[in-house]
This record gives sequence, structure tokens and C-alpha cells, in this order.
Amino acid sequence: MEGHRLCAGCAEPIIARQVLMATEKPVVVSNATGCFEVSSSIYPFTSWNVPWIHSAFENAASTISGVEAAYLALKRRGKVTEDIRFVSFGGDGATYDIGFQALSGAIERGHRFLYVCLNNEAYMNTGIQRSGATSKGAQTTTCPAGTCIPGKKEFPKDLTKIIIAHDLPYAAQASPHNYKDLIEKAAKGFEANGPAFLNVISPCPRGWRHDSSKTIDMAKLAVETCIWPLYEFEKGTWRLTGESLRIAEGSKPKLPVSEWLKSQGRFSHLAKEKWSFIAEEIQQNVDRKWEELLKLCKL
Amino acid sequence: MERVAMNGDQAIALAWKQINPDVVAAYPITPQTIIVEAFSEYVADGLVDTEYVCAESEHSAMSMCIGASAAGARTATATASAGLAFMWEMLYIASGMRLPIIMAVANRALSGPINIHCDHSDAMGARDSGWIQIFGENVQEAYDNAIMAFRIAEHMDIRLPTMTCLDGFIITHSLERFEPILDDEVKKFVGEFRYKRSLLDVKNPTTFGPFDWTDYYFEHKYQQVDAMRHVIPIVKQVQEEYAKISGRKYDIIEPYRMEDADYAVIAMGSTAGTLKEIVDELRSEGKKVGSIKLRLFRPFPSKELADILEGLKGVGVMDRAISMGATGPLFPEVRSALYERKERPNVKNYIYGLGGRDIRPEEIKHVYKQLIYDEGETVNFLGVRI
Repeated sequence: MEGHRLCAGCAEPIIARQVLMATEKPVVVSNATGCFEVSSSIYPFTSWNVPWIHSAFENAASTISGVEAAYLALKRRGKVTEDIRFVSFGGDGATYDIGFQALSGAIERGHRFLYVCLNNEAYMNTGIQRSGATSKGAQTTTCPAGTCIPGKKEFPKDLTKIIIAHDLPYAAQASPHNYKDLIEKAAKGFEANGPAFLNVISPCPRGWRHDSSKTIDMAKLAVETCIWPLYEFEKGTWRLTGESLRIAEGSKPKLPVSEWLKSQGRFSHLAKEKWSFIAEEIQQNVDRKWEELLKLCKL
Repeated sequence: MERVAMNGDQAIALAWKQINPDVVAAYPITPQTIIVEAFSEYVADGLVDTEYVCAESEHSAMSMCIGASAAGARTATATASAGLAFMWEMLYIASGMRLPIIMAVANRALSGPINIHCDHSDAMGARDSGWIQIFGENVQEAYDNAIMAFRIAEHMDIRLPTMTCLDGFIITHSLERFEPILDDEVKKFVGEFRYKRSLLDVKNPTTFGPFDWTDYYFEHKYQQVDAMRHVIPIVKQVQEEYAKISGRKYDIIEPYRMEDADYAVIAMGSTAGTLKEIVDELRSEGKKVGSIKLRLFRPFPSKELADILEGLKGVGVMDRAISMGATGPLFPEVRSALYERKERPNVKNYIYGLGGRDIRPEEIKHVYKQLIYDEGETVNFLGVRI
């Protein structure tokens, strides 16, 4: 994947390259509509040197299900001989919101594919609108911070847990700053012999309002504050990984959420005295979810 | 082959069984359900080795068909009504990618109010989506069209998705005797699936469904227009070849007793059969009437239709759908086809049968009477309590 037209500092191509590095097998990619798709396939050019298909916004999972169905049929009939892997990339809008049904259906049917959510926590391609993944208190163009309402009113949907509730072979949360962890998880996903899901935090300098040079720092901070814990669910077992495991074991400090909030322009309004309770609510929510996760990981 | 008794849905499933497509992905919806039920039985009994996927929605069913077809698989699905409407976005993508997907559409009304019975509003909603649309009159045609559709869609000069339409309940659920052709003959007729590019050709990677700016989108749409221009001669050729193995000769438009007719009524689907009965009756009374069955709706055979209609005194266009705020969708196509002809008949529109309302012989006789005596309005409603 090269020659793309994504913004400087975008985490998406970094994540995609790390994921694709995780298998030596030939791969076929499906892509939901979004930043990543429009910037890598502008006709007559393409950034892809592997087979790639984009059909619509909400159906990267069902499109790849069809490709996989064709693979099974054609392999059975001796028309395809290679051992091929299948991967879908979708943003959080395409995964948490509009594409959720197709993803849930594809996982329930047991297609063998890895779904990667490039989670930048809003609809960035169309100009930073709220999604089901947008943080509470974040301002977007459809949940602006005004005098009465301080940005998004709701906490994000915990999609990774919802996906895990499908009881699929493999699911994980990852971050591009810890590339070893991410690649290992992608490799497990590719070899899961069934549906696998990877939710990857994908900082967006435009939407998050941070400097383009700080993308990887942002991803790291998300993990260090436990906003974005690194963990995996493998054949029924929950496991913390990377920095999250070290935080749980006490060898690394758990940074306060305030560090995270002050690092990005999208939360700048929360610095006002009036909205300080929002920051507290976010901290409480992070703590509660962290404790829940520790229990699930039997820590 | 021996005649068998099946309903229209079962006949389509039988055609698919004989063809044994690589992938069938579908979601059940009345009155299409029997197709996927019957086909899933063939799968369960190992009579086909198709990869059969029960989707969680029609939107995903068509998305899967797109993925499968782009991966080089012969692909089929079936739907109706709200299901077709739910696929609407994906219909354009299937044709835009030039994927020869085959879809049986069991024509049914659209909500609201919810109604499960036959009309053509679903297919008419898909009119501009770049799919070839073929309508069948009875179970025999539902079966024959299902087979011919593969040859038409997959022709290398076309590569367009194709829907074969059959009237919900009237054809889908009516038991009729029809004559299938032998498995081997079907297989030989449809041949091996060929593709131009495949996602599974990993050594020659292809980007499907790229992003078009203003600099290429129009050209890509024009290529679809150009492909549509090849359809009519190829459909005729496929129908001729099919006649050789089946003994049944179809055409894109089928005139009935039109040789010396002054008045004609046009219909698509099962109503075309009823028209013939009435024509026979009126002919026996000495009336110079005929009827026309339109089998191909997209691409619309304007020239061929105008050739038949030019010089007639009156033409009635039967529309089992309505374009709200305008007329029935078939009517303007027929009138437009005649615009440049010297001897244009009077053309009247008859909206009928919405939501499965029966069309009765007396009503059709009334249409002919109005044409003969030049009565009625430009747009008329049959059988509705106004």
C-alpha cells in the first residue's frame, strides 16, 4: 500500500501496513467507504498491489464474505489453488454504526476473514461528524461544544466487547504505537480459522486537533491512560497485552485521563470550569471499564 | 424432457440446480422464499455443490454477490419487493462493476401499506440501476428465462447483471405443468463461467470499485450505456440458440395476432397471457385486435416496439405500477418510442392490479372497447374503487 493521498500524520496507512505485514499468505482486501478508501483508489491510480475491492460504506464485511464464499466454491472445484487470506478495513463509522449489521452477520456466519476497524472516533472523511465511537465530551461538527451542550453527550459503544459477545475465535484491541503487539494480533487474526476482529485506535490530526507529528504519541497516550486498553480475546480467554498488561501488573503507571484530554483540541472546551465534571465522568468511566477488564482477564 | 408440475419459484430453483452456480447468497422474502428454500434443499442433499450463503439481509446478500462475482464466481440470488428496495444501492454497484450476477425477482408491491401480492413497483424502482430486466409470463418462462439470463449477463460484450422477473403468487406460487430441459443440455448451454478479472487472481491484483472524480465517472457510466446497446441482438441470439435445445422460441417483444390488427394492448408478465385469451374472443367477434407481450424492459426495445405499433389506430399500455405524480412507468416509454413515427396511434395508459388486485377479463375487454371507441382518459385506472 503506497502512493496514497491520506493526510500527513494519519495513522491509517501505518496500521494497514502493519496488518498486511502480519501474513506471508496472499491476501484479498475489502474496504468500506471512508478516508482510507477514497485516498487509496483514486482512479486511474491505485495504492494497492494486492487484490482490493470497495463496494459501499456499510458492507466491507458482507463483500468480503462473498469473496470468501467464491474462494471456497472455486477451491472445491479446483479452480483456485492458493491458500488465500481475507481482510476488511473499515473506519469506525463503517464498523460501529452503518456497517454493524453486515459485520455482525458475517461473524455469525463464520466466514474466515479478519476485520480491522481503523478507529479514529468520528466520520473524518466527510468533515468530522460524531459516530458511535466518538468519545464523550469530544466536539465534532454534529456534536459541537456549545454554551449548553459540551460536545458528545454519550460514551462510545464498546464495540470490541459486542463483537466478542459473538463468541468468535479471535478479537483484540490494538494501537499502532505498539507495532509488535499489533502485528502479532493481526497474525493471530489471519490464522484464526474463522472470523477475527481487530479494533485499532487510529489518531486523526484533523479531527482530534493535534499536531501531525504527534500521531503515534496520541495512540500511546490512549493506551497509557487506559482510554484504549490493549487486550485480546482468544478462544474464550481474555488477556491484557503490551503496556496495558504492564499497567495491570504495576510496572507501569496508569496515567490520568486529564493527560489525554489536554493533548487534543477536540477536548479543549473541557478545560473550562463549567465542564470539569465531564472530565471527571470520563475518568470514572475509564476506571470502571478498566476494573471490568481486569476481572475478565482474571487479574 | 418430460413435463413436470412445479410453481414458478420451484422452477427457478430447478434451473439453478441444473446450472450449479459457484455462489448463491440470498435472504428469504415472500413471494421469493420458495426459491431459496428449494435451492437450500438441493444444497442439503448434495445435489449441487454451490457455496450457499444465507445472508442477514438483502443488502448483504447483494453485497456478497458482488464480492463473489468480482472473485470470479458464477453468482445468483433472488428477492422481491422491500428486499429489492433494500438492495437498491448495491444494484448500481453491481452494474457499475460490470458483474454478471443473476437475480430472480418475484414481483411484489412495496410498502406502505405493507402488501405481499403482485405488482411491478419493485422492478420499476430498479429500472435505472443498469440491470437487464426480463419479464416472464408463466412458469415455463420463469424457468427458461432463469437459464437464458446466465448466457445474456455473462456474454463478454455485455457483462451486466440481469434480473428475471416473475409475478408474485400468480407465477411464483401457481402450480403449472412445464417442460424443463435435460441437465446436460442446460450445462452445455450455459457453459463455463468466464471472467475478465478476478480478485482471487492474486498474481495479477486488481482494484475493484475505485473512487472516481469528475474526470472519469461520466466515462464509466457511458461504458455501461454502451454495454446496454449490445444487449438486444445478444438476447435475440441467445433466444435462438435456446430454441434449438428447447423447441421454444422467444423474442424480446412477442406480438399476438397483430398481422392486421388496428388495436393492441401491451403488458408485461402474467397479464400478457390473459390478453391472448381476450384477443381470441374479440377476434371471434370480428374485431381487428391483437396484443403484445413485452419480455425485455431494460434495455427498452423502442425501435422494435415502434415498428410493430406504427400505423395502428389505438394502443393500450397496461402498467402494474405507477410513478406517483406521473403515469405508469411503461406508458411514457411506449409513447416516446412512437414520437418520431409518421402514423402514431392513440396511446392510453391503464394502471391495474396494484397490490395484487386481480385483473378480470371484462376489464381487459373494456380496455379494447375504449381503444376502439376512443373513450377514456389518457391515464385510466382499472378495478379501483374511486
